[in-house]
Amino acid sequence: MVVKPVVEAAQERRRWLSILAKAQPGEVLSAWEDLEARPEYRALRSPEIGMVLVRGRMGGTGDAFNLGEMTVTRAAVRLDSGETGIGYAAGRDRKHAEIAAAVDAMMQSADLRPAVEGAVIAKLARTQDERRSTSARKAAATKVDFFTMVRTRSPG
Amino acid sequence: MAYVAVKGGERAITNAHRWLAEDRRGDVAIPEIETDQIREQLSLSVDRVMSEGSCYDRDLAALAVKQAGGDLPEAIFLMRAYRTTLPRFGASLPVETGQMAVRRRISAAFKDIPGGQVLGPTFDYTHRLLDFTLAANGETPLEGALEAEEPQAYPMATIASVFAHEDLLEPDARTEDAPAPFDLTREPMAFPAGRDQRLQALARGDEGFLLSLAYSSQRGWGSTHPLCAEIRLGEVAVEFVPDELGFAIEIGDLTLTECQMISTYGGGIDTAPQFTRGYGLTFGHCERKAMSMAIVDRALRDAAAGEASAPCQDEEFVLYHSDNVEASGFVQHLKLPHYVDFQADLQLIRRQRREYAERAAAMKEAAE
Repeated sequence: MVVKPVVEAAQERRRWLSILAKAQPGEVLSAWEDLEARPEYRALRSPEIGMVLVRGRMGGTGDAFNLGEMTVTRAAVRLDSGETGIGYAAGRDRKHAEIAAAVDAMMQSADLRPAVEGAVIAKLARTQDERRSTSARKAAATKVDFFTMVRTRSPG
Repeated sequence: MAYVAVKGGERAITNAHRWLAEDRRGDVAIPEIETDQIREQLSLSVDRVMSEGSCYDRDLAALAVKQAGGDLPEAIFLMRAYRTTLPRFGASLPVETGQMAVRRRISAAFKDIPGGQVLGPTFDYTHRLLDFTLAANGETPLEGALEAEEPQAYPMATIASVFAHEDLLEPDARTEDAPAPFDLTREPMAFPAGRDQRLQALARGDEGFLLSLAYSSQRGWGSTHPLCAEIRLGEVAVEFVPDELGFAIEIGDLTLTECQMISTYGGGIDTAPQFTRGYGLTFGHCERKAMSMAIVDRALRDAAAGEASAPCQDEEFVLYHSDNVEASGFVQHLKLPHYVDFQADLQLIRRQRREYAERAAAMKEAAE
C-alpha cells in the first residue's frame, strides 16, 4: 500500500507541529526568512490569541484537576496549491503561529516538503535537543555524590 | 432617605495616577528597567505572578511586575484581570510530571532514590550573606553553570513508582470516564470541596497564607507530620487536542514545580498502614509554595476524614481565604468612601452616649 496509514500520518504531523510549537518565536521567524522561496498563502483563521486551561493530575498520576491557564496563539492558512495548515504555539506571538501553520501546510505537500523538512523542522528540533541536553548536563553536574566513611582494618 | 451621591475627585484621581507613574519610574537619571530584564533577572517574581495570577505567560507577568512597581499581589491582580479578556480554546490533557525534563529533583525522605539527588539551581545551602559584587556596577556573573559530560537521564523515577510494588504509598485514584474537573473560574466555591477543587484553589492561593498554614500544621495545629518525599523542577510538555485535528499535539513546554509530601497513617480495620500523601504543583519555580500547598492538601484530607480540629484542616476557612486577589480586594475596599456608614455609626454612638449619660445621672440622683 502506498498511502500511509492514517495513524502514522497523524503521528508524523503531531511530531512536527510539536517541534514548531516548542520553538522560540525568533527561531521560527529566522528559519522561515532563511528559506529560499516561501509559498503564497491566505489566512483561513487569522492569528488569534487565547488561553488553554492547563490540567494536572492529583498526586501526580491521579485524576485531573485544573492548575491554571496559559496563553496560546493559533492560526490556520491555506496555500495557493490547496494544502491547509494549522499552528498552535504557547505565548502571544502571532507571527509564530502563522508561520507554524504555513510550514504545517508545506509539510503536507510532496512538492514543498523538502524545502522545510530540513531547513525548518530538523533545524528547530536540533536547537531544542541542544537546549534540553545543555540543561540535562547542568542538572547532572549538580547530582550529589554520597560517600560513606569506610572503616578499614590494617592487614595482619 | 436616599443615597446622597458624592461626586468629584476626578481631577485628584488623574493627578494621583500621574504621580504614581512618576514614582514607579523613580529617578530618571537611572536607566528604565525593561520587561525583558524583569523576565530574565527577576524570574522568581515572574514565576510567582504567573502561578498565583493563574496564567502562564512570562512576558505578561514581567509586564505586570513592572506596572505594579514590584508589588507582587498587585501584579497578580493585573494578570487575573487580563486573563478575563481572552477567549478559552479549551482544556489541555493533564500534564505528565513523571515525564518532566528535570533540572532539580530531590528527596529528603529517601536518600537512594533512583536517579539520585539532583540539586539544580537552588538557594539551599547558600550562606545568605549579601553578595556585594552584585551591587558593583557592571559586574557580571562570575562563571556559568558547569556541564557534566553525561546528561541527566529522563524520565526520572518518581517516589511513588519506587515503592509501588510494596504498596507502601497510597496510590492515586484514576477513574475511568472521570467527569471534567471542578473549575473555580466558572463555578462558585462549593462545600464539601472535592480534591480537584481544593488543588485548583491552592494552586491559585497566596504563598504567604499557605506557608503560614503549613507552618502552623508542622508546629502542632493539626496532625500532619510530613516528610518531603520528592520535589521536582523542570519542563513538561502541554498537550492539547485542537478540534480541527482530533488528535493531541504539544503546544509548548511549561516550567513546573511539583512536591510530594508523605506522612504515616496507622491503618484501620480495612486498610493496612501506609504513607498518605499531599500534593503541590505550581507554574514556574515556586518551591516554597509547592511545599506549603502539599502540606495543606494533606492537612485538608483530614477534614474529609472527619478529623478536623485545627485551622489548616478546616476547608472552608482555608479555601475561602487563600485567594489574595479576593482577600486584598475585601480588605482594601475599606479605603473607599464609607461616608454613609460612618454617618450612621456616628448617630448611633451619639444616641447611645446620650442614653448612657441619662442613665448615669438617674443612678446618681437615686443614690443621693
